[in-house]
Amino acid sequence: MPGKLKVKIVAGRHLPVMDRASDLTDAFVEVKFGNTTFKTDVYLKSLNPQWNSEWFKFEVDDEDLQDEPLQITVLDHDTYSANDAIGKVYIDIDPLLYSEAATVISGWFPIYDTIHGIRGEINVVVKVDLFNDLNRFRQSSCGVKFFCTTSIPKCYRAVIIHGFVEELVVNEDPEYQWIDRIRTPRASNEARQRLISLMSGELQRKIGLKVLEMRGNAVVGYLQCFDLEGESGLVVRAIGTACTLDKLSSPAAFLPACNSPSKEMKEIPFNEDPNPNTHSSGPSTPLKNQTYSFSPSKSYSRQSSSSDTDLSLTPKTGMGSGSAGKEGGPFKALLRQQTQSALEQREFPFFTLTAFPPGFLVHVGGVVSARSVKLLDRIHNPAFVGIMGNTRSYKLLDWNSFNSDEPETRDAWWAEIRQEIKSHAKALGCHAVVGYSESTSICEEVCILSASGTAAVLNPRFLQDGTVEGCLEQRLEENLPTRCGFCHIPYDELNMPFPAHLTYCYNCRKQKVPDVLFTTIDLPTDATVIGKGCLIQARLCRLKKKAQAEANATAISNLLPFMEYEVHTQLMNKLKLKGMNALFGLRIQITVGENMLMGLASATGVYLAALPTPGGIQIAGKTPNDGSYEQHISHMQKKINDTIAKNKELYEISPPEISEEIIGSPIPEPRQRSRLLRSQSESSDEVTELDLSHGKKDAFVLEIDDTDAMEDVHSLLTDVPPPSGFYSCNTEIMPGINNWTSEIQMFTSVRVIRLSSLNLTNQALNKNFNDLCENLLKSLYFKLRSMIPCCLCHVNFTVSLPEDELIQVTVTAVAITFDKNQALQTTKTHVEKSLQRASTDNEELLQFPLELCSDSLSSHPLPPAKEHLESASSNSGIPAAQRATSVDYSSFADRCSSWIELIKLKAQTIRRGSIKTTVTVEKASPVGDGNFRNRSAPPCANSTVGVVKMTPLSFIPGAKITKYLGIINMFFIRETTSLREEGGVSGFLHAFIAEVFAMVRAHVAALGGNAVVSYIMKQCVFMENPNKNQAQCLINVSGDAVVFVRESDLEVVSTQQPTANCQSSCTEGGPS
Amino acid sequence: MLGPGARSGISALPEVAWRRHARPQQCPARGARAPGVAMTSELDIFVGNTTLIDEDVYRLWLDGYSVTDAVALRVRSGILEQTGATAAVLQSDTMDHYRTFHMLERLLHAPPKLLHQLIFQIPPSRQALLIERYYAFDEAFVREVLGKKLSKGTKKDLDDISTKTGITLKSCRRQFDNFKRVFKVVEEMRGSLVDNIQQHFLLSDRLARDYAAIVFFANNRFETGKKKLQYLSFGDFAFCAELMIQNWTLGAVDSQMDDMDMDLDKEFLQDLKELKVLVADKDLLDLHKSLVCTALRGKLGVFSEMEANFKNLSRGLVNVAAKLTHNKDVRDLFVDLVEKFVEPCRSDHWPLSDVRFFLNQYSASVHSLDGFRHQTLWDRYMGTLHGCLLRLYHD
Repeated sequence: MPGKLKVKIVAGRHLPVMDRASDLTDAFVEVKFGNTTFKTDVYLKSLNPQWNSEWFKFEVDDEDLQDEPLQITVLDHDTYSANDAIGKVYIDIDPLLYSEAATVISGWFPIYDTIHGIRGEINVVVKVDLFNDLNRFRQSSCGVKFFCTTSIPKCYRAVIIHGFVEELVVNEDPEYQWIDRIRTPRASNEARQRLISLMSGELQRKIGLKVLEMRGNAVVGYLQCFDLEGESGLVVRAIGTACTLDKLSSPAAFLPACNSPSKEMKEIPFNEDPNPNTHSSGPSTPLKNQTYSFSPSKSYSRQSSSSDTDLSLTPKTGMGSGSAGKEGGPFKALLRQQTQSALEQREFPFFTLTAFPPGFLVHVGGVVSARSVKLLDRIHNPAFVGIMGNTRSYKLLDWNSFNSDEPETRDAWWAEIRQEIKSHAKALGCHAVVGYSESTSICEEVCILSASGTAAVLNPRFLQDGTVEGCLEQRLEENLPTRCGFCHIPYDELNMPFPAHLTYCYNCRKQKVPDVLFTTIDLPTDATVIGKGCLIQARLCRLKKKAQAEANATAISNLLPFMEYEVHTQLMNKLKLKGMNALFGLRIQITVGENMLMGLASATGVYLAALPTPGGIQIAGKTPNDGSYEQHISHMQKKINDTIAKNKELYEISPPEISEEIIGSPIPEPRQRSRLLRSQSESSDEVTELDLSHGKKDAFVLEIDDTDAMEDVHSLLTDVPPPSGFYSCNTEIMPGINNWTSEIQMFTSVRVIRLSSLNLTNQALNKNFNDLCENLLKSLYFKLRSMIPCCLCHVNFTVSLPEDELIQVTVTAVAITFDKNQALQTTKTHVEKSLQRASTDNEELLQFPLELCSDSLSSHPLPPAKEHLESASSNSGIPAAQRATSVDYSSFADRCSSWIELIKLKAQTIRRGSIKTTVTVEKASPVGDGNFRNRSAPPCANSTVGVVKMTPLSFIPGAKITKYLGIINMFFIRETTSLREEGGVSGFLHAFIAEVFAMVRAHVAALGGNAVVSYIMKQCVFMENPNKNQAQCLINVSGDAVVFVRESDLEVVSTQQPTANCQSSCTEGGPS
Repeated sequence: MLGPGARSGISALPEVAWRRHARPQQCPARGARAPGVAMTSELDIFVGNTTLIDEDVYRLWLDGYSVTDAVALRVRSGILEQTGATAAVLQSDTMDHYRTFHMLERLLHAPPKLLHQLIFQIPPSRQALLIERYYAFDEAFVREVLGKKLSKGTKKDLDDISTKTGITLKSCRRQFDNFKRVFKVVEEMRGSLVDNIQQHFLLSDRLARDYAAIVFFANNRFETGKKKLQYLSFGDFAFCAELMIQNWTLGAVDSQMDDMDMDLDKEFLQDLKELKVLVADKDLLDLHKSLVCTALRGKLGVFSEMEANFKNLSRGLVNVAAKLTHNKDVRDLFVDLVEKFVEPCRSDHWPLSDVRFFLNQYSASVHSLDGFRHQTLWDRYMGTLHGCLLRLYHD
């Protein structure tokens, strides 16, 4: 009996009217945990009931504590008929189970109903007393911390990074049980929500057990996903990286270099100016760091490797990693040996992290990926049908008894893919895969499983127990750090796994580097980048015949390699068009629909100083005799060259030119020359007149041999760069921008288009899809124009094909403003400003009672306040024009000294009983203050809702995360049978997403937090039937609840830290 | 299955049937799609963690423009050139904002809810802006309905008002509903009218005072629509309303009454009959006149006109007071004041300063009338009237 859960129901507010006659509600609350239920008294006739209940106590196993959600149901009491449910609140109590996180959950939660949405709020207090039971790690894994963040969390230090943990659980989907035919949609939705909540809890507990087995204490980069497999069930699976983390006791304890990438990373790493010593130029070849291996395997599965992944970047300070590059030979070998031994003990040397402690990443090989097409078992499992319906307990029983083989099947599928990934990594001379992720796409009974990551060589220092840290550090410090180490090839030059074109590193000139580098990780902070980065997307559609089961799977397997190839070609072309040579955060999503396949690849392109300058793109015509055709070709060529030049200017890519030395062969690899890319000889005629600007560099040759190819070239040029003042990337931070302000705006945008079935050709599809994405981006730029100059970070596109002719694109990103003019020296004014701001915040409550006493209150009209606001915002340097429609929210919010506060307080004081005393002379004075009569002013707890920031990034600009409160993982279903009345599909989904945000914020606030970092919307499944006026949507979101403190609020000590560390990193970087 | 006829036999419950066991298979064609259009947007939304509010679009929405009109107006404002956006982008943006405003409207009907709700994260300054703008009204509109009963009947006339003022019907409705809502909430409520309005609608001080005036006028049904009153602005009336609320209502003497600031103090109105003696008693009237004339001789540009008109003016002002016992005459208060005082003075071209001198002296010298016992009553009446008349006296 290791735990006691205590719950108190305090009050409700804004409840809906449940009794039409009285326009009131008789509300009471049911509190349920496991199989125990408590009820509050009925609070008669009120929309703002005050239950103030006793403490409801549940005595439970900690296993249950981990698995079960606390379920709070608000009902309307009805004497004669059944009580009507108003709505529910599910509270995940996991954050209360580890010591460092939250101690109490207390606050207002939106009462949610799957049919009506949010219906009022309820104030709840939850506490857990854990008894110290020595056996408690038997079944449960209380105490293991979970983080969605894909880097070492800011206030921790990684002692050991153990490695990959994974788990999956399977159950029948309640929506597909026969009982669902006779129960209401509400009951069905609630069953589903509850089941998924249970399964998540169980999954997390099981993963926790694995972590404990590995002697770790935390999971970082925890990614949990649902596969809604329809008839064949519901899979909840999760992957993560087990670590042993140490809490950084005080912010003052600072160990440069070996520290976790904490706050200071935000500050310093950006002053890496383009290294003046960098060398550039030299030939380059189109080259793919990727292997294709088609291994058709039995069950219509086919894996192909290619590139893919996603996510974020937490920069790291300069240092580390370079040792091997510098010393080469023996040390490198030694390192490799160590790493090998450390990693070989692991089944899968995978890491879901995308940013690493300094020195962790030694070399990067390239992207590895594997896909496999599987046929979901239709329910041949006789036990599956029927029986289940009657038992409403979803616990373990279900899958244990009936589909015990199910998890194993899924496990085997994933194991197969992981094995594939592992072998790809080996082929690249790497022992590990970083930035690893897995995903699925399901349509009917076909499922594509994908996994991808970046093959890498790691420093064993973090991987082993009992590392002689001091010694290693010393050694690392002796080695002059280079910023190019990770670019150096890990594989053997003479025995390359794939044809690649190598040159000597343009930074250190000692080691070989490839001409292009694709990775799924964030840009390491110590990397030297020239200019700024940009979002690069490849978009592709392929029609496919409708088919059943096996034929369908075969068709998809056959299409996949072509899609991968084309996506890759597009990426390469676009990268070259931008004049860049490396991709970070690459994520390729292949989505399967009834009659088409969609591919969407997103990545952030940068120019790495260590890699050679990319060549241009040449166009070759097939029929050189035709004069007009040739003219056309050369016209196109000119356009392309112009675009490249323009992009170079736009992204400030100006690598120092270098005259000498061309290393390596300039000949394009024959491997690249399939359909689009032909050998140069065919186009030799043009070479002389073309592409002089790219001079001696070898160009990527595009041959236009049919209209298809023409389209491709056109589509290359249709990508419009973002309007000036805007940048975008899908990594955490935009390379080349460093002075972020604290203003952030996270958003989700969803678009669904319907294709007309008449012109479904591949080209039309491609164009539509391309337009869809481009228009979406344009809309975002327009909407966020008031934030200029700003950068869209962590832009995450998700494509799904909900119906035959529907394409749905969901984008989540965060817009962060930055200061164009001010460089880093502005910290002081910034500090002052925000200090001021902070003080207003803190003193809010104090201030107003004081002000009330003074006579001036009533005559405190808005103009001064407004002026204050205006002057403040003009101080912040935003041009007036943009302020017009300003979204300057964060700053507004921070200085909420506006008059509405005054009004509120006034209102409160009045309510306390206003006694009019003066009637005389003063009152006659016109428009004066005569109207304000005396009142006493006791305080009133009536504060507005606290601001909770949300961001997909792992940090908050201008702030320091002081505490992680626990993981937020929520799943919601919303359904309507009055679609038109709710404003159509757009109105319905708009309201739902707003509600999801609200519920996330409420949970974070109740935990005592003020932000969610690493926020991600993992699923947004939308189905509609406008004819029947119905729609349904499922959303799954997760993130880390945190407490942050504005940097300016921290004490002087901590503000000095970054400086100190900056110096250290500078000195480290200096001698190189 | 989706689609009609796809229901299985068991699904007698229509609402559970549609989503059964399959993702939507095919959605029956909805209407004829324009030929040649490759794709149509089904759904297009943008949701920010902090709710985006575009002030310009908000204004267009408040002004009652449809999305199409609003887009056209925005295009005309040159926003496309400034931002390089396309019309489609503008359309989508406008739709988004309209949707947001539509969702917010429910909360704006009870502004404290907007502050406490959790769905939209809006910074306080923006909340204030939303509320303030939502409750703002057009001068032209308020002049039309000021003093009218806020009933269904008046609501029907909104069509005409809309045509007359050029304000969209939608906007007229919003403004009218705002007046009515505020009226409903604060009527029969204790305490100061302005404070009550501020508490329940979180309006700025200025706007709350305006609403107090509107509510006060609607409650007392003062006539403001007569032709001879057309020269008066809402501000003039609001000014008078405020003075009257301060001095002539129940609230002016007793703060514990319901409706204290909305209804005129009946007892006071009854008592006003006593003032009649000032004009009925010839000696008193003569004495009053001589006192005023003595004091003002040489100080007034229009002295002779004043002297000639004194009895008429005084009779006018006192008779207005005496008549206020009847509801009908209360409604005509402003008509009477303009007829009996403003117009005669204006026709003699009194400058405003002379009016002020006269009224000061006129009110003050009553204190020197020994035979007159109702000094307090007179002050309560004239104090307010003094202020009102000065405000009403302009072209």
